[in-house]
Order: sequence, then structure tokens, then C-alpha cells
Amino acid sequence: MEQNHRRTIRFKLNGRTAITEIATHETLLEVLRRDFSLFGGRESCGQGLCGCCTAIVDGIAVSGCLYLAAFVDGAEVTTVEGLASGGKLHSIQESFIANCGFQCGFCTPGFILMTKELLERHPQPTTDEIRHYLSGNLCRCAAYPDIVRAVKAAAGEHNR
Amino acid sequence: MAKIIEPPPKTERQAPPTRQVKRSVRRLESKSKVDGSAEYIHNLTLPGMLYGKIARSSIPHGKILSIDPGAALALEGVYAVITGDDIRRLIPDPYYGPAFHDQPILALDKVRYAGEPVAVALAKDPHVAEEAADLIAVEYEPLEAVFDEVQAAKPGAPIIHDVLKPATTFPDLKHLQGRSGTNVALSAHVRRGDLAQAFKESDYVFEQTFRNGKVIHAPLEPYVTVGEMAGPDGLTIHTASQSPSFVRSEISRLLGWPENRVRVRTAFLGGGFGGKLYIKLEALVAACTLLVRKPVRIALTMEEQFYTITKHGATVRLKTGVRKDGRIVAREVEVWWNGGAYADIGPRVTQKSGLTSSGPYDIENISIESHAVYTNEPPAGALRGFGISQVVWAYESQADVIARALNIDPIDFRRRNILREGRPHATGMPMTDIDIDAILDRLAERMEWNRPFDRGSATIRRGRGIAIGIKSCVAPTTSVAMVNIYGDGSCGICSSTVDMGQGSDTAMAQIAAEILGISTESIRVVHPDTDVTPYDMATLGSRSTYHMGNAVRRAAEDARAQLLRMAATVLKTGEGDLECRDGVIAAHCGARVTFRDLMVARFAMQAGNIIGIGSFIPPYEKPDHETGQSRQITPFWMLGGAGAEIEVDTETGRIHVVKLVNVGDAGSPINPDIVERQLIGAGTMQFGFTVFEEMIFNEGQVVNASFADYKIPGMLDVPDQLSGEMVEVPHRQGPFGAKGVGETGMFCVSPAIGNALYDAVEVRITEMPLTPERVLRALRRAQNRPLGSD
Repeated sequence: MEQNHRRTIRFKLNGRTAITEIATHETLLEVLRRDFSLFGGRESCGQGLCGCCTAIVDGIAVSGCLYLAAFVDGAEVTTVEGLASGGKLHSIQESFIANCGFQCGFCTPGFILMTKELLERHPQPTTDEIRHYLSGNLCRCAAYPDIVRAVKAAAGEHNR
Repeated sequence: MAKIIEPPPKTERQAPPTRQVKRSVRRLESKSKVDGSAEYIHNLTLPGMLYGKIARSSIPHGKILSIDPGAALALEGVYAVITGDDIRRLIPDPYYGPAFHDQPILALDKVRYAGEPVAVALAKDPHVAEEAADLIAVEYEPLEAVFDEVQAAKPGAPIIHDVLKPATTFPDLKHLQGRSGTNVALSAHVRRGDLAQAFKESDYVFEQTFRNGKVIHAPLEPYVTVGEMAGPDGLTIHTASQSPSFVRSEISRLLGWPENRVRVRTAFLGGGFGGKLYIKLEALVAACTLLVRKPVRIALTMEEQFYTITKHGATVRLKTGVRKDGRIVAREVEVWWNGGAYADIGPRVTQKSGLTSSGPYDIENISIESHAVYTNEPPAGALRGFGISQVVWAYESQADVIARALNIDPIDFRRRNILREGRPHATGMPMTDIDIDAILDRLAERMEWNRPFDRGSATIRRGRGIAIGIKSCVAPTTSVAMVNIYGDGSCGICSSTVDMGQGSDTAMAQIAAEILGISTESIRVVHPDTDVTPYDMATLGSRSTYHMGNAVRRAAEDARAQLLRMAATVLKTGEGDLECRDGVIAAHCGARVTFRDLMVARFAMQAGNIIGIGSFIPPYEKPDHETGQSRQITPFWMLGGAGAEIEVDTETGRIHVVKLVNVGDAGSPINPDIVERQLIGAGTMQFGFTVFEEMIFNEGQVVNASFADYKIPGMLDVPDQLSGEMVEVPHRQGPFGAKGVGETGMFCVSPAIGNALYDAVEVRITEMPLTPERVLRALRRAQNRPLGSD
């Protein structure tokens, strides 16, 4: 790849300053995995349709497999690895464990990040709202009923 | 010296020991799955690694005239382009497969399906490899192709393989060696009674043909394999595989190496569903690694999954003779399995699902013919259920047809015909540890079958249907396990069972914990690594809980026996006076010693191991080649039932499933919560296969190879009321009475929905999936106003 297709980006990653050099065609997902060993985001459908690659950029959940890394220059990026604090899991993560909201676990970080965005915007979602909000995340193991339960329980926790 | 804990004062009450099995323990790996740290091979990169991208055949059948890597090699950053000829220099006979050695690592001389791997471009940068793969120029001479399984089985069809090449390891396939001029890889038969006479004596004969389209597994973790050299003459293969032991033996066979030079390891799988079995990318990655002597990684895109392995399309012809009283007296079944271009495990699907294709019914006169057929489509293999849902779709749709024709309630019709304990199955094996009545009871209860039912009105019509199904768990297969007590008394299980979301790590830990009297959560399960973990046939066919569960139970019993022997010496008492409970070994008198202190007593410090070994291979009798009869065809029977309540929009043909009840016989479940979730998960997957999932082909080309065009169930699709219901019929040889249940939820969903469709609108659709278009066309035909193109 030619040199002029490369550039350095600086951004906040899970609360810390991050600097890396990227090629302009590289996606956020591949840069997070390759340069920062953050493996919670995963490539599956490659088309932004399954939600496995979800990351939060400036408070908005994006498909990391489509979102170019170049766009996060100066932004704040949160991945599932950034949710726990002080060695304690985030209440959404706890809720996914308590309600068995996963089987193989591959899609789980995407669901958790999407739930975080949901609860920030709609702290008291109805079942229908949950289903609509999370309809862009796919789970082939079909843990859907458990995921809905986990989100509801997390909403209860969120509002306390 | 060991510390002997003195007996507690008599007044202190002993807490009853907590049972580890039959308890809904949370998955051991829970935290790692919510914080992103769970290990998947998808995450693995190695220093100096090359990425491989596959160039694929653009036509379904043809001779390869030339492969020109020139433009690809000219691209900056390309390390190598590998073709079939390169592989043949390394591996003289580079054909692999679990039943037939028919699949070349890269196409040689000809291609047999559109999407077949032809060459690989290797580069340090995956984007460069991808671009290079597109630049590999291949010239073909097209050959006539055949796609339909019934057509392909007929004389005169284009021949896909010049000669059949069954794996020599299977004595029952020997007679096929060298056969030529056919696309039928294998035909399996079951014969029982006098069919012709029974049809003569039947009051009614029903004959219909049912079809299933092709669908795919679509595990969200892509198929991925990473290879690296292990010294000058060894190879390590990291792979998202359900069958690490098979991968090792097959790669060793291809290379002509002893198995001990090939190491295969896996991690958690991001789903498998039967797709990640046998050899997928492993042979290709092994060959590339050896050719370039560098680590090589190949991961498929979602599109490429569609060119790798599918579920079998199938055509099932059923002819059934019934008496006036509703008893089935004769059944003739013929099944053609669309195996695609390479056999994979298709011949075994043909046999195993063929032999139960007369259903869970007590029928005196049976003939079954089941044919594995090559076509010019992507290879078909195992998909959660191993062919069962295809045959259940046929026989349970027909059961509904018969019950309605005879004006018998569908549940009652089944009760008049089901197999009961002690009665012979079609294969002659007496049924044991089953209770189909209990499944029907549960269905009737959960579906509120005897309550008045709202049939809808105007353009929304409501209906309900049920179905039951049977599977024989795969046999014969072997599992071996080790239970390792370390110097500090902690415990690890070494097992090659792959946890792909079904919760096997947790179940195995529960079984060992129960035997050793320790907590499940304290056990570490070592993931499959053929250098470390013992042999297991594979994680497939709902076999792990039963087979590996028994191996782990025996290994834990072996470890416990050793611990008790040591403790008897230390506590100066008889072994019979001791038991493992609450994390210690306790004598009836009350004296106790911890595992760690026993290790210290034995090895003079915190050191050493106690290794318990267990292996399990259940009894099996090979079926007779001509009649399919066997006294022991399976270690255990899997039984399930489903009920569906649906709404049909008669203006659009759309089916909305309001309620889906899935009942499975789990034996005595090790972990009830996980079992219920397996039933729901499988039921939802089959629900997708029933109402919208379908690979669409045009002249052998998959035209909907992406999630944009091939939809899998999401949050908004799943039925409003969805349940997984266990029926508990303990199995006398199962670990603590358990049976396998990972596939059971797949069996019956399709005919339950199809029968509900008939109940709602009196239209019988015989071909899956029940898409709105197919339903609407059928509705309009039934109303004598067919849609334009019909």
C-alpha cells in the first residue's frame, strides 16, 4: 500500500489515549483487534448486519466491520473490554450472566454494547422496544428470550 | 505428613452434600463471554503469519484448462500463490473426507461446484491476499452439470466423480470401492416384514413426495484455521473445529505422518451446528503451511460459508398403508439426499437418518431405501439433526394427512401407532428407555389441545399442528477422558469435547464434581489439544453428554478410587469406610483429609498428579447390509415433539408463529437450564429453516450468499411464545441417567408448522421452506385463481 494511504490516528480508547498508524482502508474492527488486542468485537457477516463487531464511538453504536478506523481520529471509542471498572463488571454484563443471555458467546459483546446504548436512551424499555432496538444483532444459538430477560433485568439495575 | 482433621463435635449438624448434577449450574465460562476475553481461534494471529485468500471456481462443473497466477504474483506484497499442482507435489494423493476420500484440497483437473477452492493467494496483509485471489486467472472447459438429487441418481445423468473412493477404514463401504458410472455414493436399506402383502391388506394407501431445500449452518464465528510448523517435522493446527481428533488423524493420513507429529487444538467455538466437522480448512492450511514453512491463517467470509458446507436438500417419497382403525401396517420410504459435489459425511447421514425414516411408529412391514447422491452443488454434510428434520418433515406431514383423511385427532392417531418400550424399531432393535406417550401428553397439555381454539377471521386465519420425531444417536463411537488431580488438590478435566455454546464444559465438570464430591465451579476444563487431551470421535450428533459424560464419569471414578486408596492408608481405615464429599475425603467416623494433604502425604510436598482415565464405547451391532436389521443399532434413542400455533395472512401468505412448543426427552438432565435452552435454540434455528431460510441457486450458483439476502432469525422473527420442555425418561446407561439433546429441538418444528398451516387454510405444502410466496401461490391455486406465473 502506498505511503499516502497511511496516517496516524489519536483517540480515546476505553478511557485512555490511544495512538496508532493505520491504512485508510482499514476498519475500526481490524485496528482494534490488530493494534490493541481487543477481541471482544468480532467479524462475522462483514456487512454490518449481525452486530458482532459493534463498538461505541462518541456514544453511538457502530458496525466496526464497516466503520473506517480513520474516522475515530479524535473520537471516544468504547469496547466491551472498557465496560468493567475497578475489577467489577458492568451491571449489563452481570445481568447477561445471571440470565444466561448467551450460548457460544460470539455475538454477546455486540449485544451488550447495543444494550448499553439502548439503556442510555431508553432507561425503561418495553419488551417491544428491546426487540426492535436489538433486531440488528443476530444470535445463531438463539438465546433471544434470555437476552430480552437480561436487558430487562439490567434496566431495573440501571434505574436504581 | 498429612493433616488429619479431627471429627467435628457430635452436636454440629452435617450439611447434606450439594448435588452437582441435575442442577442448573451457570456456565463456567460466563465471565469470559461477557467481558470479551473468551478464547476463539478467530482471535489468533502468530508472528510472521501469512493470510490466505481462496480463489474459487466460477462454474459448477468443468475441466480446468489453465491457472495463471501471474497477475496475482505481480501484486506488491504477495508471498505465494498455491494451486492443486503445488499441493500434489507435497501430498501425492490429496483427497480427503470422513466417508469417501473424494475431496481434493484444491481442485485438481476439474471443478465440481461453483465456489470450489481452486487456488490460494498468500500475503502478510489480508487485503493484499484478497486482491491477489481475485487476480488469479483460471480457464475452464465447462461440462454438463446436474443439480437435482433425483435426476442425478438416474442413469444417463452427467457423472460427477469418475470412480467412487470410499475411505478404506470403513468395512461396510468396501463394496463401493472402484464403482464407476454413477452419482449414487451409497444406498442404505431397511427391510422388515412382507410389504407387498401388507399393502394389499391395507384399507387405505397414501403416497406423497416431500422436499427440503438447502440451508446453511451460519455459525457467527467464521470457519478459521491457523497452521504453524512445530520444529522441522511437526505441524500445529489451531482450528475452530468440532472434531480435533479426526482432523489429526486425517491430516496425518494425508501427509503419511504418524499422528504424534500433528497437533490439533481448538478453543471455544462461536457456534458449529455440524458445519465445523471433519476437514474444512485444515487440510488446505496444513498444506500451505508446509509449502511456505510459515504460519498461515485462512478464515472464511460469511459469503464463503455458503460455498463450504450446507444441509442436505432431500426428496422423500413415502407410501403408507393404513387400516380403517388408524393403524399403520406398511410403509415404504425412498429418500434421495442431495450431497453436493463431495460426500463429506453425507453417506452417513444417508444411513443414519435413512434407518429412522419410517418414524417413531410400530410398523410391521417396512422398506426403506436411502440414497446419497452427488450433484454439482456445494457439499452437504451434518447439520444439527443429521438428516432427521428432512425425514420428519415428510413422515409427520403425512401423518397429518392420514389422520385428517381418517378423521382421527392427530394426537390420537399417533398414540395408535407409536413405538413403546420393548417393541422392535424398524431396524429390529427393541426400544428401551423411551416414553413417547409422555411427549404427546406434554404437547397436549402445553398446546391446550382439548380447549376450544380461535380459528381467526377474515384475512388472518389461525391453525395449530403437532409432530413427533425420532433419531438414533450415532454409533459406534469412542470417547476417552482424563481427570487430573494436581499437587494442590485442584482438579482439571482433559476432554476433546468442544464447547461450541452447548455448555459441555459445564456438564462435564458437573459429572466429575458429583463423583469427586467437589464443587463444579472449582474444576477447570482443558480445551481440546490432541497433544494433551485424549481421543474423542467428535462433538456431534448429541453424543457428548452420553459418551464423553460416561468417559468423564469413569475417569473421575478412577481418580476417586486412587484417592480413597491413599486416604485409607493415611486415615488408617478401610476404603469402604471413606467417601468423597464437600471437597474432602471423609471417613464414617468423621475423620477427614483434603485432596491437597493426600498429595503432600504421597509426594512429600505439594507435587505430583493423580490421573484418572475413563473410556467409553457403547455396544453396537452393525446392521445387516441388505435388511438394515440390528439388535443394537444405537446407544440411545432421541425423541422429540413440537406443537405450533400460527396465524396466516391470506393476502400475503405470511406465516406468523404465535406459539412454538418444543418437547425433548433429555433423560435425567445434568443441567436442566442448559437443556431447555438447547431445545429453544434448536427450535428457533429450525423455525428459520421452516419459514424463510433457503439457499437459492441459479444453474449451480448460490445467488443469496450473504446475510443481506439470506436471513437468519433475529429478535423480531422469533415466535411470541417459545418454550423448551423436558420430558425426563432416565437412560439406564447414561451418565446419571442423561441422554443427549442438542439436536432434539430441530426434529419436529417444520411439520408442526406445516400441519398448522393446513389446519388454518387447508393448503398442504410439501416443499420447505414455507415462504410467503410459496404459501400465497398454494392458496391462490387452491382458490382456483393461480398467480400469473403458475
